[in-house]
This record gives sequence, structure tokens and C-alpha cells, in this order.
Amino acid sequence: MDLSTLWFLLIAVLFTGYFVLEGFDFGVGVLLPVLGRDERERRVVINTIGPVWDGNEVWVLTAGGAMFAAFPEWYATLFSGFYLPLLLILAALILRGVAFEYRGKRSDPQWKARWDKAIFAGSLVPALLWGVAFGNIVRGVRLDADHEYAGGFWHLLNPYALLAGLVTLSLFVTHGAVFLALKTTGDIRVRANAIAARAGLVAAVLAVVFLAWTLVGVRGGAAAVVFAVLAAAALLGGLAANRAGREGWAFLGTAAAIALAVATLFSALFPDVLPSTLDSANSLTVDNASSTPYTLKIMTWVAVVFTPIVLLYQGWTYWVFRRRIGVRDIPDA
Amino acid sequence: MDALDLARWQFGVTTVYHFLFVPITIGLSFLVAVMQTVWVRSGDERWLRLTKFYGKLLLINFAMGVVTGIVQEFQFGMNWSDYSRFVGDIFGAPLAIEALLAFFLESTFLGLWIFGWDRLPRRVHLATIWAVSIGTILSAYFILAANSWMQHPVGYHFNPETGRAELTDFGAVLTNKVTLVTFPHTLAGCFLTAGALVLAVALWHLIRRPGTDQTSAFRGAAKLGAWVTVVAAVATLVTGDIQGKIMTDVQPMKMAAAEALYETEQPAAFSIFTIGTLDGSREVYSLKVPDLLSWLATGDFDGEVKGINDIQDQYVAEFGPGSYTPVIPVTYWSFRLMIGFGMLAALAAVWALWTLRRGRAPASRWLLRTALVLPLLPLAANAFGWIFTEMGRQPWIVFSEMLTRDGVSRTVSTGEVVTSLAGFTLLYGLLAVIEVGLLLRFAKAGLPEPPPPTDSGADDTEDRPLSFAY
Repeated sequence: MDLSTLWFLLIAVLFTGYFVLEGFDFGVGVLLPVLGRDERERRVVINTIGPVWDGNEVWVLTAGGAMFAAFPEWYATLFSGFYLPLLLILAALILRGVAFEYRGKRSDPQWKARWDKAIFAGSLVPALLWGVAFGNIVRGVRLDADHEYAGGFWHLLNPYALLAGLVTLSLFVTHGAVFLALKTTGDIRVRANAIAARAGLVAAVLAVVFLAWTLVGVRGGAAAVVFAVLAAAALLGGLAANRAGREGWAFLGTAAAIALAVATLFSALFPDVLPSTLDSANSLTVDNASSTPYTLKIMTWVAVVFTPIVLLYQGWTYWVFRRRIGVRDIPDA
Repeated sequence: MDALDLARWQFGVTTVYHFLFVPITIGLSFLVAVMQTVWVRSGDERWLRLTKFYGKLLLINFAMGVVTGIVQEFQFGMNWSDYSRFVGDIFGAPLAIEALLAFFLESTFLGLWIFGWDRLPRRVHLATIWAVSIGTILSAYFILAANSWMQHPVGYHFNPETGRAELTDFGAVLTNKVTLVTFPHTLAGCFLTAGALVLAVALWHLIRRPGTDQTSAFRGAAKLGAWVTVVAAVATLVTGDIQGKIMTDVQPMKMAAAEALYETEQPAAFSIFTIGTLDGSREVYSLKVPDLLSWLATGDFDGEVKGINDIQDQYVAEFGPGSYTPVIPVTYWSFRLMIGFGMLAALAAVWALWTLRRGRAPASRWLLRTALVLPLLPLAANAFGWIFTEMGRQPWIVFSEMLTRDGVSRTVSTGEVVTSLAGFTLLYGLLAVIEVGLLLRFAKAGLPEPPPPTDSGADDTEDRPLSFAY
């Protein structure tokens, strides 16, 4: 396997890490107004992801940095072409990050209510728009002969990409609900379980339609079909485990479903990284978008040495904060 | 204004804003780690209270640094896509490595530090804040390596076939002489910033609320902050001096622009300030130190310093027709304001140390007023330092290789950049008000109560409570 293919895989892995990890904390953010009926409950919901959300978010920074380093053309065309959606994602992530840190810094209920809105919107918008972005990547966009984006903002809002957005949103909400059921005790746990069942049903229907549309109508390949089938199976398995109250298995199921869905998209995409809908000769591919072998070699060494270390200490964080929490644990403000 | 100007304004606004928080994060996470270490080693509860107090200010600031940093990583691709294509092979690597080595470390361990107070053994918990500090310092190194490459590109060759710069020696990029001196200079600036903040808050408490149970702790903090400020200021001078000589070597135009030196001179004087006619064409009055610029630029009081006109002619011969001169009033004044604001902070710290000598209690109203502006002085110095180094590189985005106007995204419309610039300016302005409000609130609140004694011998049991930070 040549290095540009390896880096295509690594970027897929980084986005997988991002969507599996930040996926549930986006879901938790979206569910905050639903599951947090009073201040204590809202604090339980937020504190389930308190120690980890920031580390989860770094996955997208690393994915973006890796794209820049390994596929500069891809990074440049994608980020300038998807300008407004990315701007919205950035604004949402800014508000959301500040909200987690600031909401508890004052006891004023109105202050908290405002930041809660920021957490909700700041989670909802990226959960939706990342799907729209990836839908467009897989579907292809209008690239001219210079590999520059020649479409407008409205071209990005096509039905296929919008469906992809709804898929990521519903998947992340399900994933977040399952995570909350796994991490809480008492009433919240029960309600999170019920929401996971309902959201999971919606996600399953949307995801199956979307994956079928991808494979039949957009692009496919044998590997993509296998991954898509496995993704659907993992989601259904996760929902069955959720129904049986096996929360650990349910979480594994939704995590695997998200990972396999990302794998489906990336394997359908390969060897393109950003196909052109105008002329396939204009498409960006792993070959014409990549950096030099020398840069890729250095990056490979760095990734090989440091990625396992990151996984170890992030894994340790989850172990340290493995305990469930409930309203009883929340001290008086 | 076209999309290029707007994209430049956006980069300037978002970068200067981002760099208000970064130096505090880098410097203060280190100082909080020092405070916590003192507590762990001595058991002195004053340092635990100081750790928690300044730790809270650190967290309020840290969040802003993180979220504004995401924008930085994305905007190269969004607004500067041709630049990204041209340099991606070289510039992307330190960015990706920064994320992998530094961002993961600081973000993950910050979570452990915030939530791990009662959950982790004392020494492990102490290690988490040190990991955060190391992460922030590593991050500075890689991003400065990337920036230094734009000032002085090394370890690459230009591939005419692809029209891109290609990496040939990554070691050379990481050991770029500009990086090696910019890194300690920037770190010194960060410590100056954090030291001044720690000092200013402590002074305010010592003067406004003397004789409380917090006084002796704030005395310790004031002394720590003041010494850090003074030592860091000396370090900025020493590293800045070396930096000036390297700059004269690799970017002579920037040095000439720092002094607004149009004609080559030997020896050259350094002007503390200059008043010119309104159109800037003629000098009305200038306070000059003879020979100083020669020393700053060459290390020799009799050295020759090339003037703007000569360098401009030389660049036209080398790179073709065009202006290679930065905006001189901006470089001239930002250079002086950088030095001036930094030194003012150091003077304030020396004054504070004098009033604190041998157990004395500071009471001067003027010192209190100084404490109120003190945290702003290094922030201004940092901002002007970046404005100088970036504006002094113009018209290049990568010195000698690519002009700024050629790096901008061609497909992004003026309307899109206007939306983006306006959006960020509004959002950043709003967040600044909220952030400063919170900082003031917590700075005024004073130290948290000493915690009740806990059985630190017990290990990580299931029924130990979590620290609910949120």
C-alpha cells in the first residue's frame, strides 16, 4: 500500500474517532433540554461528558491538520468550497465550548438557561452539518479543471446531503442517549433508555435509506456494501441491547454503527477524495491531492508513535471517570 | 475593500484575539502547576487555595483559547486556500503534529485536572496539570516552527511542475534558526503575561483588603508573579536582541521597517519616537539614541544597517518589479509599542517587589491603579509583537516565495468573507465582554475557603464523590 492510501485510511480513522467520540457528546448536548428537566438533572447530563468533551473535539483538529499535511489540495478545496457551512460549524463549536465552561460559573438561572441554549444549538448544528458536508464529499461537488469549487452555497443543500445530515443528527442523538443511559442512575437513565429506543428507530430508518441511496444511486463497491450491511447490523444490535437494558453493549453497538458508516463512506469514496460532478477528470484523488512521499513518511512515523499514546491516555480518562452519576451526586450549588 | 483585504483583516482580528488567551494559558498553566507543586510538597494550604483560585482564572481563559484556536486551523483552508495548496507539504505537518502531540495532551489532561481533584491520588493529579503545561508549550513550538517557515523558509525546494513548495528536510524546518529564537522569545512573553496577571490580582487584594486570612497567601502570589514578570522581561530582551540580529540577516527589510530607516546608515541610530508631518514624508522631531540600531541589527555599534530604499532596489532586481516595502508606520510603531508595553509591565513588577520588601504591606493608591492596568500591558506588547512580525513580512505571505495577494482563496466571494469577518467580530466581541466579566468576578471573589480535611490515604473507591466542575 502506498503512503497516500495509508493516509487516506488514517484520515478515515481520525474522522471515525471524531464521530464516535464527539458523536455522543453532540447527542448529549442535543438531549440536554429534553432530559434535563431541572437544574440538578441538567448538571447530571452535562457532567457525564464534562471531563471528556474537549479531548473528543481534538479529533477533528487532528483530522483537519492531517488533511492539510497529507492532502493539501483536498484541505484547500474543501475548506474554501464549504465556506458557509464550516463557518456555522465553527461558530457553533465556539459557543458550545465556552458554554460548558461558563454555565456553572454563575448561579443566576437566566445565565444558565442562555448557556443551555448555546449547548443545545452548538451541538445540534455541527451534528447536522458534518453529515451534510460528508454527504457532499461522497456525492461529489462541482469542481472545475483547477480542482476549485465552482458551485455555490445552495448546491451544498441537495436532498442527498441533507438526508446525510439527518442521519448523522439522529445517529448522534441515539448514541448520546445510549451513552447517557450507560453513565447515569435513576430516572434519567430510564428516560434516556426510552429516548434511545425512539431516536434509534428514526436513525435506523434514515441510515438504511441513506446507505442504500449511497450504494445504488451515488457510488459503491464491494467493501462499501459490506461495511453498510455491518453498520446497519451494528445499529440494530445496539438497539436490541438497549431494549434489553444491556447499556454497555448498546453503546458498543451505536459506536460500531457510526464507525462502520464512516467506513462505508470512505470506502465508497476511494480512490477519490473529492469527486467532481462536472467531469471526473477534475476530481481530487488520493494521488493528485496528496503531499510528497517524504512528508507522508514523516507524518506516518509521527502518527505511528503518538496515536497509540493518545489512545492510551484518553482511554485512561474514560476509566477514571467510569462511574455512573445521578441527581443524588450533585452537590447543592 | 475586496475579499483579499477582508481576509487579511479577518486573519489579523482572529489571530490577535486568539493570542490574548494563548499567552495566559501557556504561562498560567505553568504557574498554577508550580503553585500546586508547592502545596503537594510542603502541605502548605495557602498554596492549595492559590492553586484553586488562579486555576479558576486559568479555566475561564483556557476555554476561550481553545475555541478561538479551532478557527485558526480552519481559516487557512477557508480564506487562504492557494496559500494552503502552495505550502501544505511543509506547513501542514507541524500543524497536524501540534494537534496530535499537544492539543490532545492539554485537552485530555485538563479534563482530568478539572474533574480529578477527588478522584485521583494527589501526585497523579499534580502530574495532570504538568501534562497540560507541557502540552501548551509543545503547541507553541510547533506553531512557531510553522510561522517561522513563513518568515524564513528552509528545508524545501520549489517544484516548478506542481507549482508548490516541497519539503526536503523536516529537521531543518524544526531547527530553523528563526524558530529556535522565536520560541524562547514567545515563551518569555507568555510568562511575562501570566506573571503580570498573577501579580496584579494579588496586589489588588493586598492593597484593597489588607489584613485578612488571605493576605499571607496573596503575598506569596504577588512575589511569585513579580519575579516571574521581571525575569521573563529580561528574557524577552535577551531573546529579542538575538532575534533582531537574525532578522537583519534573513529579513533585512523588516529590520529597516522597524526603524523606518530609508537610507542605509553606518552607524545607525535608534529613535525612541518620531513625530513626522501628517503625510509621513518629513520628520519634524525625533528622539534618537546614537548607534543603537547598529547594535540591535548587527551586534556592532559601528555596523552598517541597510535602508529601505536599497533593499527595495535589490528586491526589484531579484524578484521583479513591485513594492517590497511593508506599511512603515505600522512596523515602526508596533515595534516600539511591543518593547514599551513589555518594559512598563516589568517596571511595575519591580515597583511591586520594592513595596513588598522585608514583610512590608503595599498600600500605595498609585500602585493599586497600576495593578488595574498591569494585566493589559503584556497583552498589548504581545499583540504588537505579532503585528510587527506579520506586517513586517508583507507583501510576502512566505518570504521570498509567495505574495500575500496570491495566497487568498479565489473561489470565496467578498460577501462570504464579509459574513465571516462580521460574524467572528460580533461573536468575539460578545464573548470578550462575558469573559472579562467572569474574570473580574472571580478575581475579586478572592481565595476559596480551605477545604475540609479528607482522608487522602484512601484510594480510588466507587463511593468517592466526583468533582462536579460543571
